[in-house]
Amino acid sequence: MLADKDRIFRNIYGFHDSGLQAAIKRGSWDGTKFFIDQGQDWIINEVKASGLRGRGGAGFPTGLKWSFMPKNDPRPSYLVVNADESEPGSCKDREILRHDPQLLIEGMLIASFAMRAHTAFIYFRGEYIRERERFQRSVDEAYAAKLIGKGNVHGWDLDIVVHHGGGAYICGEESALIESIEGKKGQPRLKPPFPAGCGLYGAPTTVNNVESIAVVPDILRRGATWFAALGKPNNTGTKLFQVSGHVNKPCVVEEEMGIPLKELLEKHAGGVRGGWSNLLAVIPGGSSVPCLTFDVCEDITMDFDALSKAKSGLGTAAVIVMDKSTDIIKAIARLSYFYKHESCGQCTPCREGCGWMWRVMERMVKGEARKSEIDLLWDVSKQVEGHTICALGDAAAWPVQGLIRNFRDVMEARIDAHDKAARQAAE
Amino acid sequence: MPKKLIIDGQEIEVEDGITLLQACEQAGAEIPRFCYHERLSIAGNCRMCLVEVEGSPKPVASCAMTVNDLPPNRDGSTKKVFTKSATVKKAREGVMEFLLINHPLDCPICDQGGECDLQDQAMAFGIGGSRYHENKRAVEDKYIGPLIKTMMTRCIHCTRCVRYMTEVAGVEELGLISRGEDAEITTYLEKGILSEMSANAVDLCPVGALTHRPWAHNARPWELRKTESIDVMDAVGCNIRVDTRGAEVMRILPRNNDAVNEEWISDKTRHVVDGLKTQRLDQPYIRKDGRLVPASWDEALAVVAEKLKSTAAERIGAIAGDLAGAEEMFALKELMGQLGVKNIDCRGANEAVNSAAGRASYVFNTTIERIEQADAILIAGSNPRIEAPVLNARIRRRWRQGLLKVGLIGTPAALTYDFTHIGDGMQSLVDLADGKHAFAKVLAEAKRPMVIVGAGAFARADGAVAMALAARVAEAARKGSDEGWAVFNVLHTAAARVAGLDLGFVPGEGGKATSAMLDAANSGALDLVWLLGADEIDMGSLGNAFVIYQGTHGDAGAHRADVILPGAAYTEKSATYVNTEGRAQVTARAVFPPGDAKEDWTIIRAVSGKIGRALGFDTLSELRAQMYRQVPALARLDHPHGGDGEAAALAKLASAGGMADATAFVSPVGDFYFTNPVARASAVMAELSALNKAAGSAGGLKAAE
Repeated sequence: MLADKDRIFRNIYGFHDSGLQAAIKRGSWDGTKFFIDQGQDWIINEVKASGLRGRGGAGFPTGLKWSFMPKNDPRPSYLVVNADESEPGSCKDREILRHDPQLLIEGMLIASFAMRAHTAFIYFRGEYIRERERFQRSVDEAYAAKLIGKGNVHGWDLDIVVHHGGGAYICGEESALIESIEGKKGQPRLKPPFPAGCGLYGAPTTVNNVESIAVVPDILRRGATWFAALGKPNNTGTKLFQVSGHVNKPCVVEEEMGIPLKELLEKHAGGVRGGWSNLLAVIPGGSSVPCLTFDVCEDITMDFDALSKAKSGLGTAAVIVMDKSTDIIKAIARLSYFYKHESCGQCTPCREGCGWMWRVMERMVKGEARKSEIDLLWDVSKQVEGHTICALGDAAAWPVQGLIRNFRDVMEARIDAHDKAARQAAE
Repeated sequence: MPKKLIIDGQEIEVEDGITLLQACEQAGAEIPRFCYHERLSIAGNCRMCLVEVEGSPKPVASCAMTVNDLPPNRDGSTKKVFTKSATVKKAREGVMEFLLINHPLDCPICDQGGECDLQDQAMAFGIGGSRYHENKRAVEDKYIGPLIKTMMTRCIHCTRCVRYMTEVAGVEELGLISRGEDAEITTYLEKGILSEMSANAVDLCPVGALTHRPWAHNARPWELRKTESIDVMDAVGCNIRVDTRGAEVMRILPRNNDAVNEEWISDKTRHVVDGLKTQRLDQPYIRKDGRLVPASWDEALAVVAEKLKSTAAERIGAIAGDLAGAEEMFALKELMGQLGVKNIDCRGANEAVNSAAGRASYVFNTTIERIEQADAILIAGSNPRIEAPVLNARIRRRWRQGLLKVGLIGTPAALTYDFTHIGDGMQSLVDLADGKHAFAKVLAEAKRPMVIVGAGAFARADGAVAMALAARVAEAARKGSDEGWAVFNVLHTAAARVAGLDLGFVPGEGGKATSAMLDAANSGALDLVWLLGADEIDMGSLGNAFVIYQGTHGDAGAHRADVILPGAAYTEKSATYVNTEGRAQVTARAVFPPGDAKEDWTIIRAVSGKIGRALGFDTLSELRAQMYRQVPALARLDHPHGGDGEAAALAKLASAGGMADATAFVSPVGDFYFTNPVARASAVMAELSALNKAAGSAGGLKAAE
């Protein structure tokens, strides 16, 4: 269990003031000038050494990503912070934006400096209206205190542009987000070129998750070795876990990477409703990853590698808990509806496949299907996965695949029950 | 640096920067595609072109991946690409199945049937049946213009039409709204597309979502006989394919010619088809007691012969119109030469263009293809968007690549690209020639400048002055430009003009030009006028002259005529047309002329026999042999002039002087849809013209910036 002294987000529950002075008292903006004086390479090397992996879901090493930014490029560089937190189950970034905004602003300054950017954008999810207002106030405070802006005390000019999205899930995909900032329709771009080569307004751009940026100042303050010592090898540091669903106390909690799922639920979320044995399944990383069955949940740890080995993923560490009262087919069908609704419609497999999967899933809920259609559904999900421009196709396919892999018996029983009822009605 | 790839086991070397799809094609592999199109930006959204690349966990969209972006193999070996593997086959079948689940499969009633990419590729790359048992999506049809019929349920969202309209036609009105499976292609609030090039979007549509409204349900592609030909609606000489069924032209489609029109044609070129069937002159007429009375060829020819024999040579005139082929102009010139007639002219109001200063003085020397290399363009007295839409699209394409400066002298118009408006008329040209305007510096510094002079500048009384000034500007721009780069360009508006000038269908020593002929006819000094398809002149000025009208349509000339000799339209004869670049191209006969109408050169040959001065050819090839001997340039088919003797021509042009008029340059093409007798006979063109007028300055083609 994470010791209080190792916590990065010291005001995640908003028990204290989120204003600048209070944040400074909690340690923000301490030594920032020193880090900047150490130079770009030092910062990137520290972040690399800390083993920080992107907190947006894919888990790409943050320091490595920063090092892709071209040097000596005549174009300006941009940092874009992705605050389009729309993954069902995810609610960590909003807590940072509400209660610990100065950590993020400080992180943005350091990251921008490391990537030679003088402008940083932050893209807010459309629904995060109050969060945006709060954050804008914090940005204004930082400007007023000369912490950022032109001629600030840190010697690295930085302007922060707060951009409010329209509320589309797909705009959380980095290239769609870039399109959206440019004022276009949020549709993912083809890669390559990757944003580091040609991103926002055609200039080198790095898009990072809120949490990835917000933890950077503390990594530098306490040292890469401190961060790397937490968690497990290759899955280092602390992480904000978000537990929702059938637990007694849903919560957002900062914990060490690699904490056992059971410990996370029992210690922080008050346990599964009706006791551990009442657990049916867990979606460990936000709606897009396949669910885990009870057997797996028993001893799985919450980190990128262990979950990916269990054919699921850490994603944003948004843990959705379902107890035995859950109609798991209906739950996954709802997710299918979500992805069908949020598909941008640009490329064929996702546009057509998401609707197809959802329609079949809706019938599966009622059992109005043939058993062979379970295989069809699997096949369709495989036809979507890996054939699309962005990862939304994969995200739509995985929950369905998780359902079929883990709960095929439930689906078949539902079909049998429906057939039986139909036969009896006919007789 | 050429890159090596092993595609389907075959090692090939490909040039730098091409896409994987192109590389696969070079290796002989067939890659299916819907959204990819060579002339549009890459969307990568249909996912049909997926191939398997060694080292890549997922199949790769080959249209969107350049060979440079392929990560090298760890061991440094040559990258292997597979286009026929099981993974690729499965991926294609999957995408094909997805495309078809919401496609209505109404092929039997779909106009695209038989030439449908989806149909063909479903046969080649799909699986036999569908596993989709849900309800299919239905999409409401949209109104996106008078020429485009929509059946949006068939749409597969490839966005080719959107990209075409935005990138090539320069009309940002089409787009994809909504998202996911509810995404629909539409115009903003279903506003109709007013573009002179809109119908090309239909050709690009790989399915039957967009079809041609004027041709709806009138033919199946496999019933049609296809004839490759040349368009005559403007002086660009677009390459077309004329599709016919029986004796009827059913449709006109573009044909690829990278040097001229790529694969675009204007809406006028395409949809003028119905004009070829209406108002046609299908038998000779003779005016008796003030009324035109049908006559036989013998009677008509007898009247013509009698008139020609009884009129003194200096009281005869011949005027060739905008659509005349080189062959008939040659025949008429020969006939007039035999009679000693010097009053011949093919230029109408464009008397300032002259063959005296050499060919480089009246052609588009830079060539259309090399517009793409230009870095500064001066357009004087032209609205290329309506005078030569396809050429305008080239300028737009060059402009989209960036760093092109365009200057315009004349009425400002929506040209689909940004330009500096230098001024309205002659004074601006004077300023430029004297180096007083800032744009003179732009031209002087440009390495590949172009000066385009349009009919708005030279089709006026002081046209010679405009030509001289433009030549001076071009001479100045030539200095410091790249070696071998031609600067001076005349943009003609009529398909017949350059061939006429090449043939010397201009007044001989002491002969009268068109305006002088009209004056003479009006004052009674000219007794006989032969109009070879000339409808654009002022018929009211012909006075009491006896008018022989040889042409195709009951248009202005036929109304004024005393004898009508029905000829063949451009789809009905093999005739040579030389485009504004000096590129000779030959049309082919797709159908026979209607009724008793004859190919034009045969009519002139028949008249020559009747007056006892038989011309020395009995067949088209004999005529051409003679014509080529006189004008070898006409024999060099599909070969632009390209700036030979430009310096001398410019020097000659620049030496002309005269009085200039201060009025603004106005494009002679007032109504894009009504520029010639064929277009004026077309109901479709009339509808377009009316719609365009109704749209007025808000969205019309003539809209000011």
